[in-house]
Amino acid sequence: MAKSIDVSDVNIYYGDFKAVEGVNMTIRARAVTAFIGPSGCGKSTFLRTLNRMHEVIPGARVEGKIAVSGQDLYDSAVDPVEVRRMVGMVFQRPNPFPTMSIYDNVLAGNRLNSRKLKRPDADDIVERSLRGANLWNEVKDRLNKPGMGLSGGQQQRLCIARAIAVEPQILLMDEPCSALDPISTAAIEDLIHDLKDRYTIVIVTHNMQQAARVSDDTGFFNLKAAGQPGHLVEFNPTKKMFTNPDNESTEAYISGRFG
Amino acid sequence: MSTADLFETTTGSLRRRRAMTDRLVTGVIWAAFAATLVPLVWLLWVVVSKGLPSIDGNLLTHDMVQRLDPTTGKLQAGGGLEHALYGTLLVTLGAVAISVPIGLFTSIYLVEYGGRSRVARTITFLVDVMTGIPSIVAGLFGLALFTLIFGVGTRMGIMGSIALSLLMIPTVVRSAEEMMRLVPNDLREASYALGVPKWRTIVKVVIPTALGGIVTGVMLAISRVIGETAPLLVAVGAAEAVNRNLFDGRMMTLPVFIMTQYGTATPEGYDRAWAGALLLIAIVMVLNLTARLISLIFAPKTGR
Ligand SMILES: Nc1ncnc2c1ncn2[C@@H]1O[C@H](COP(=O)(O)OP(=O)(O)OP(=O)(O)O)[C@@H](O)[C@H]1O
Ligand SMILES: [Mg+2]
Repeated sequence: MAKSIDVSDVNIYYGDFKAVEGVNMTIRARAVTAFIGPSGCGKSTFLRTLNRMHEVIPGARVEGKIAVSGQDLYDSAVDPVEVRRMVGMVFQRPNPFPTMSIYDNVLAGNRLNSRKLKRPDADDIVERSLRGANLWNEVKDRLNKPGMGLSGGQQQRLCIARAIAVEPQILLMDEPCSALDPISTAAIEDLIHDLKDRYTIVIVTHNMQQAARVSDDTGFFNLKAAGQPGHLVEFNPTKKMFTNPDNESTEAYISGRFG
Repeated sequence: MSTADLFETTTGSLRRRRAMTDRLVTGVIWAAFAATLVPLVWLLWVVVSKGLPSIDGNLLTHDMVQRLDPTTGKLQAGGGLEHALYGTLLVTLGAVAISVPIGLFTSIYLVEYGGRSRVARTITFLVDVMTGIPSIVAGLFGLALFTLIFGVGTRMGIMGSIALSLLMIPTVVRSAEEMMRLVPNDLREASYALGVPKWRTIVKVVIPTALGGIVTGVMLAISRVIGETAPLLVAVGAAEAVNRNLFDGRMMTLPVFIMTQYGTATPEGYDRAWAGALLLIAIVMVLNLTARLISLIFAPKTGR
């Protein structure tokens, strides 16, 4: 069951440093939302507040309200661990567990939480997740080999398989394709299309074509000046964003005339 | 400019000089290596040649209690070090059982929870101070502690374990802390993002990833204390008979055995002392090899 996310007046801090300021948006369920913007404008930072991963950094905190299907994620009664089970995440750098085999990496979400699985069920989850991440054919003969033995792109797809293996309702992806070749990238984009039916997907990307291809809505983040907090400049349907944006700087960024 | 031109600028004499410098430095390094190796090989040779001949079944299965010899009708000592072997193994095991949990939990606190807080900095400082405790002081501490609780004259193996664990804890804390800090933050975040609570992340991701190094650190700490004589002499004393109970009475340990046997100044005494020394070295070596094996098994796997 996919869920929508309502973000209102969110400020994000690293200690005293305000990294992102005044974000308001509604991320639709069963849709793909893309975040674009120059490096350092706070896309990763904002993404990480959506599953309460931001607060694992010492001194980091969030102001404002982020509600998933009406439930405030930052309510004091909400357990961040539960939030992260519901909102999966794929990171910018692939990070498979070095002590685990490919098979165990895919099942990590279950295994680390000591959820008992019957062998056929486990096999089924592994195959389904690896197929979903377009990795199955490459690794099906060496599932018991270490996950670190894969190439960078394969590792990233392993991490995607690991994230979808626990069937989250929302999937956050931070530049998931930055380490991938065009074929794997196309496969991930197809995967995103497939997953859209069941999940709410939020993706950060530096690739305008990718944002245009996969997303339904797009948010453009920007910095006013170096050292200033990043902010959301424009949030609109992707079609409108790429043909007739409301904001001049959006158009400049998308068309590559940025400066 | 072609590449050939680039290389021609290195003249013959310059090349010869570089080659000579290279050979010189290589020679110095080998000499330094040999200089460190000579005492080690020498020591091993002396201990093996003097100790090996007297190691036999009798030595390993007898203690030093005086018994009536039925053939000669005289009182004779058992002439073995079984009691010292048991003592060393038990006292050291006790020290491991005390210092590993304390050391591991301390380092987990320092790495995962303490951050740069005042408590964490204080603990780090105290651990550094502990590193410098002279071993005899640790022994006196063990003695004083039990004298306070059980009265003057108390002797137990566990007192030695406590003394040795004081010496082990800083090594364990330091090495475990270092190994856990080496675990990339990405892995912790990957685990959190899967909805794994922090404590499970520590138990199932951080510690397994660092396990090889932690085990090596523990083994090094053991090697450091297993040959300690002074604290054991003070806290555990010496004994002639096998005592397998850490909580009751004096125990013999290998270092103390070596010392007392050497002190007898008899040919048999010297033989037993060397045999004890050889066994002590053998135990340390076995421990080190085990540590290697364990860290090999648990090392993060990168093979294809
Ligand atoms: N752990 C941290 N501690 C302090 N400041 C941080 C931390 N991580 C990021 N920042 C700061 O927050 C701001 C936003 O960083 P963020 O990583 O969110 O940018 P980004 O938009 O994802 O950039 P990129 O496209 O390069 O990934 C930057 O100014 C960065 O220096
Ligand atoms: Mg980023």
